[in-house]
Amino acid sequence: MAFINYSAREINCKLVYYGPGLCGKTTNLKVIYEKTAEGAKGKMISLATETERTLFFDFLPLALGEIRGFKTRFHLYTVPGQVFYDASRKLILKGVDGVVFVADSQEERFEANLESLENLQQNLREQGLELSKIPWVLQYNKRDLPNAVSVEEMRKALNPTGEIPEFEAAAMSGKGVFETLKALAKLVLLELRKGSK
Amino acid sequence: MSLTPQLVLFEEDHTKILAVSKRLVSDANAKAVFLVDKNGQMVAEAGELVGIDTTSLASLVAGNIAATGGLAKIIGENEFPVHFHQGERDNVHITLVAQRIILVVVFDDRSSLGLVRLRVKKAGQKLAELFEDLFKKAEAELSDEGPGSPFAEITDDDIDNLFSD
Repeated sequence: MAFINYSAREINCKLVYYGPGLCGKTTNLKVIYEKTAEGAKGKMISLATETERTLFFDFLPLALGEIRGFKTRFHLYTVPGQVFYDASRKLILKGVDGVVFVADSQEERFEANLESLENLQQNLREQGLELSKIPWVLQYNKRDLPNAVSVEEMRKALNPTGEIPEFEAAAMSGKGVFETLKALAKLVLLELRKGSK
Repeated sequence: MSLTPQLVLFEEDHTKILAVSKRLVSDANAKAVFLVDKNGQMVAEAGELVGIDTTSLASLVAGNIAATGGLAKIIGENEFPVHFHQGERDNVHITLVAQRIILVVVFDDRSSLGLVRLRVKKAGQKLAELFEDLFKKAEAELSDEGPGSPFAEITDDDIDNLFSD
């Protein structure tokens, strides 16, 4: 849950990038880190294995600016995508304010996307949260690859009602990364407004 | 698992919490004291902070507590409430306060583990009281009128402005 600090006049929100292994969660954070101005970002931390697979999480703090005199900070986390790191994924979801689900558009990862989304719902439920009740957005990543399945097919499987904001991306080249982040940040802030009325 | 309520920190509470933290720095001969929410948000910091990336520290401390908490459950413990990391120069002593706040004390050979433990015990109790109060207040605040959150009035424009590069 967001942390409102009246003393420092700050609001801190926690955003989590979720998705199957190698879908590009860490790449999203790296791009955000590289393209964000020095003063607006903190250090990016990656707790990864020697082969650069996320072991626990990546962390990137962002300070976007002020709203009504309050500094608005977003703490971005990724989860480890590999199936056997489920215990770690649960921990990182604690206190989440919003989720980016990064789906891998490659045909051979179609099943993995579905499994990971199912896993996200399950892990949120264990915290007493419903995915449908929290801000979340979908990113169809790796659109630039030749074996990418059509957006329609992805939508049918992952966003059948079409209600979830979705973004096409090629995170390696930076495409779609900021659009995704902005959309989620906006939803989280709107949720805060709703929650405080 | 129950859902933790939103953490709201008001000026007056922060002042009290900071006073206890500063006192702990001097009583324990510590370098620095940090209070971190279990979700990884820094709540208060006191002592020598030069060169310390406190945002990263908060996130890693919370990750550490989350991981060892998960480990504890696997072996049938509820939580490991005390952690100690020994370094060549600096050491870190970590305890849980009021179930939700992590008290981190960084100290070097000007102090000792025994002294830190002793002082943390006393300060921890005081902090627990303050945080229990604060949680109650935050809950009341969110459920009733109160001064209200500054975010009740934000407009779509306010949000869009954040993203105008």
